[in-house]
Amino acid sequence: MTEKLTVATTSLAGCFGCHMSFLDIDERILALAEVASFDRSPLTDIKHCGDKVDLGLVEGGLCNAENVHTLREFRKHCRILVAVGACAINGGLPALRNHIPLEECLDESYLNGIGVENPQMPNDIELPLLLNKVHPIHEVVKVDYFLPGCPPSADTIWKFLSDLAAGREPSLPRELIHYD
Amino acid sequence: MKPSIQIDGKPIPFAEGQTIMEAATAAGVYIPHLCHNPEFEPHGSCKLCTVRVNGRNCSACTFPAADGQEVLNDTAELNELRRTITELLFVEGNHLCPSCEKSGNCQLQAAAYFLGMVDAHFPFFYPARELDGSHPDILLDRDRCIFCELCVRASRDVDGKNVFAIGGRGIDSRLIVNSPSGRLADTPVAATDKAAQVCPVGAILVKRRGFEIPIGERIYDRHTIAEESLEREEPIVESRHD
Ligand code: SF4
Ligand code: SF4
Ligand code: FES
Repeated sequence: MTEKLTVATTSLAGCFGCHMSFLDIDERILALAEVASFDRSPLTDIKHCGDKVDLGLVEGGLCNAENVHTLREFRKHCRILVAVGACAINGGLPALRNHIPLEECLDESYLNGIGVENPQMPNDIELPLLLNKVHPIHEVVKVDYFLPGCPPSADTIWKFLSDLAAGREPSLPRELIHYD
Repeated sequence: MKPSIQIDGKPIPFAEGQTIMEAATAAGVYIPHLCHNPEFEPHGSCKLCTVRVNGRNCSACTFPAADGQEVLNDTAELNELRRTITELLFVEGNHLCPSCEKSGNCQLQAAAYFLGMVDAHFPFFYPARELDGSHPDILLDRDRCIFCELCVRASRDVDGKNVFAIGGRGIDSRLIVNSPSGRLADTPVAATDKAAQVCPVGAILVKRRGFEIPIGERIYDRHTIAEESLEREEPIVESRHD
């Protein structure tokens, strides 16, 4: 028997919808478990990748310095990297802030927005610095595959994973390509 | 014998004065396009309809059909070129489909699906062009405009109001509005105008219609753009070429 595929996942600036959609493959996850084992993932609660990961799935775009750091580290450990969902591919909904200056966004959220109580700018060493704009991940690392959708459907994710596990070049038919 | 051209090796008859696009549409052959709409004079700006005519690349929507022409349309090379053009259109605007009410009814999105585009490949521009919400019934989101000039043509040729134009050049091009204030509210445009209905993307939207048709049941959720175009776009050539 060939060795199992090692799969890792991570979430950057996203809503976890892509991870939820992944879980929507339902009982097919048992078939997946036959051929794949999980490494780092919010699902396993392993925080850092093992030495060798075959397949890394990234949800979310780059909103802050920590996202960039996490993505770079993730890329280093993954043989194949996949951008999963709109945020990883084009910034997604978080990128809606891109045409508003960052200062105005912060002002609206923490100082002068409607309903803000006890206005103050968050300022803690633990908080990662925000990037001026939200970026998709291909602007920072090499991405091998893209699964579009907000989120991509479970069938899209499944088609991709099952192609790969069977040693086929993954491809998505027209019905499985959706951007919304 | 009727004159004919060959598209991907298939003989396609045409009438004198027809473009390659018109001959193809009449024969049920889809050539991807965005700025073309058979109801208006061709514009030839998006280049999505690029075909190879006797060995040279031409825009099918503006190039006249001529007897014996050999046209390549549905080839891997041309479709890849069209996909690159589509990717460029995506990075030049803010095409964040999940937040756009045109999603599912949008021709840019549908063309991208048709061409198998899964990402936009290039770094994003994230432009910040002025949004105009001043009109009571029409919203203008300039960040989604692909400069097809369909609204320009519709407003000038059908509505007779000359409300829209493209101003500026290159990266500074943007849709401008013909009123002293530059605001849509101060033009005579109405939601029932052709110009308000014709935008292939979500740049000109009639307000309060966004979710009339649920996601999943919209035009391109049900049909590919090829099927939809061939069904809808009857070539109205006679009147134009009389
Ligand atoms: S105009 Fe079309 S491609 Fe652009 S965001 Fe809206 S649905 Fe997507
Ligand atoms: S607003 Fe719409 S119809 Fe007008 S030029 Fe832009 S994309 Fe074309
Ligand atoms: S459709 Fe021919 S150039 Fe746009």
